[in-house]
Amino acid sequence: MEGFVALYIFMLAAFTGYEIISKVPVILHTPLMSGSNFVHGIVLVGAMVAMGHAETDMETAVGFLAVLLAAGNAVGGYVVTERMLEMFKSSGDKK
Amino acid sequence: MSFIVDAVYFIAAILFILGLKQMSSPVTARRGIIWAGVGMVLATLITYFHSEINHNYLWMTLAIGLGGAIAWATGKKVAMTDMPQMIALYNGMGGGSAAAIAAVVLMQQKEMSVTLQILAVFGALIGTIAFSGSMIAFAKLQGLMRKTYRFSGQQRVNLGVFLVIFIISLYLAFSGTSYGMTILGIFFVLALIFGIMMTVPIGGADMPVVISLYNAFTGLAVGLEGYVLGNPAMMIAGIVVGSAGTLLTQLMAKAMNRPITNVLFSNFGDAPSGDAEEVAGSMKEIDANDVAVMMAFAEKVVIIPGYGMAVAQAQHKVWEMSKLLQDRGVAVKFAIHPVAGRMPGHMNVLLAEAGVPYDIIYDLDEINEEFNTADVALVIGANDVVNPAARTDTNSPIYGMPILNADYAKHAVVIKRGKGTGFSGIENQLFFADNTRMLYGDGAAAVSELIVGIKEL
Repeated sequence: MEGFVALYIFMLAAFTGYEIISKVPVILHTPLMSGSNFVHGIVLVGAMVAMGHAETDMETAVGFLAVLLAAGNAVGGYVVTERMLEMFKSSGDKK
Repeated sequence: MSFIVDAVYFIAAILFILGLKQMSSPVTARRGIIWAGVGMVLATLITYFHSEINHNYLWMTLAIGLGGAIAWATGKKVAMTDMPQMIALYNGMGGGSAAAIAAVVLMQQKEMSVTLQILAVFGALIGTIAFSGSMIAFAKLQGLMRKTYRFSGQQRVNLGVFLVIFIISLYLAFSGTSYGMTILGIFFVLALIFGIMMTVPIGGADMPVVISLYNAFTGLAVGLEGYVLGNPAMMIAGIVVGSAGTLLTQLMAKAMNRPITNVLFSNFGDAPSGDAEEVAGSMKEIDANDVAVMMAFAEKVVIIPGYGMAVAQAQHKVWEMSKLLQDRGVAVKFAIHPVAGRMPGHMNVLLAEAGVPYDIIYDLDEINEEFNTADVALVIGANDVVNPAARTDTNSPIYGMPILNADYAKHAVVIKRGKGTGFSGIENQLFFADNTRMLYGDGAAAVSELIVGIKEL
């Protein structure tokens, strides 16, 4: 049963992703790609768990690398997405 | 405590999905990324209380601070034209992280079910390929690697390497805890090499497809490792991104009228059967002042930007010129081809940076009808996406690709650096058409001349 629950999560998440993206206008493709790039930065929590129960020095080192890379993914993804979205303005909203 | 941790992950997953959802409209998009950001911060903070973490807190915090600070500094500084490679870089880091998680899990050799072990190995493979592949994409876009390396039999070598990796994967997945560290090391090294070999032969114009593909890869790898760690937030976020990225990849491939396998495993211009049509006519040069007059007295001007505009950093000048035209009562519209530039929507970002409002920027489907009524179609640094051969010449490698119908406008003006062919090496019939004039020069310089010309009228 456990395995099937996971399978359901996979299936529903896949459809959700498909649905969300299929309605996005072309002008937002880049921010959206960069935004989804940010969202998979959630790998950070996994990296922290992996490092948090690492036993040998080697495992700790690889765990450290995982956390470092994940933090870069999350923070970098956020910063560039935010910067891009800030620029999108319609001719209606003049400063 | 474990209940609170799980509850926060649940909230984070909801925030991610709602955030991405809000990104489907330019009006709410900014709020969307902030919501997702809040989800990320919550999930990260609560993970410190995760039951499986019992030491290394200091090092962990140091790694977060270090990685975050470097990414923050580079992300704030990068120019909008360099955005594709930065996204590739951050994406590669995520893939690398997923692979490193898998490495820790596999090194510990704890007893786990066969399903889990298969997913751990599979996620490791995809994550590693996304990592090294993205790094190569970064190097190419950054101009660190200018050549595309190709040799005969390359596909066969790649296939061979992949088969070896695949067999090792099967062994790792089904050998329980009996596999050795050497074979695990070989597995990761080969996966790294495969990612490099797969990306090295792919040219710049295909990068929109490649970047979104690796984005999907990383998402999938994160989702799989989430399963292995029993972390639903990772599973959901990873798989949502994986499927969204897959769809985006398909859209890109469709916009080029090439199946995704063709982008990855063949080279542009390799496949044409027979010779392309001879191009009749000649390229007719025009000077900037004449173009300025032509546009200033037009009713409607459609501007088609391409990668050349990004290279020349001409987007600000282009908008300055457009505003001058608007002041004279000319209707100015921008037409964007889905694969213009080096990532999906690249041109939109550059125009937005320059301050062009998004409601005068149109997609291919929206604008193509309008070329018939346009007085001037101004092509800046675009090439294959306006080549009429895609409509007419069945022998052309780009035959069937949807294009912007610049040739249907009363006049087409092409700003181009020199007389050579573009990336694909295909002659562009538009350049030889009777109603087309060529304005040679660097994009930014040429547009500056146009601005001066319009001002003097």
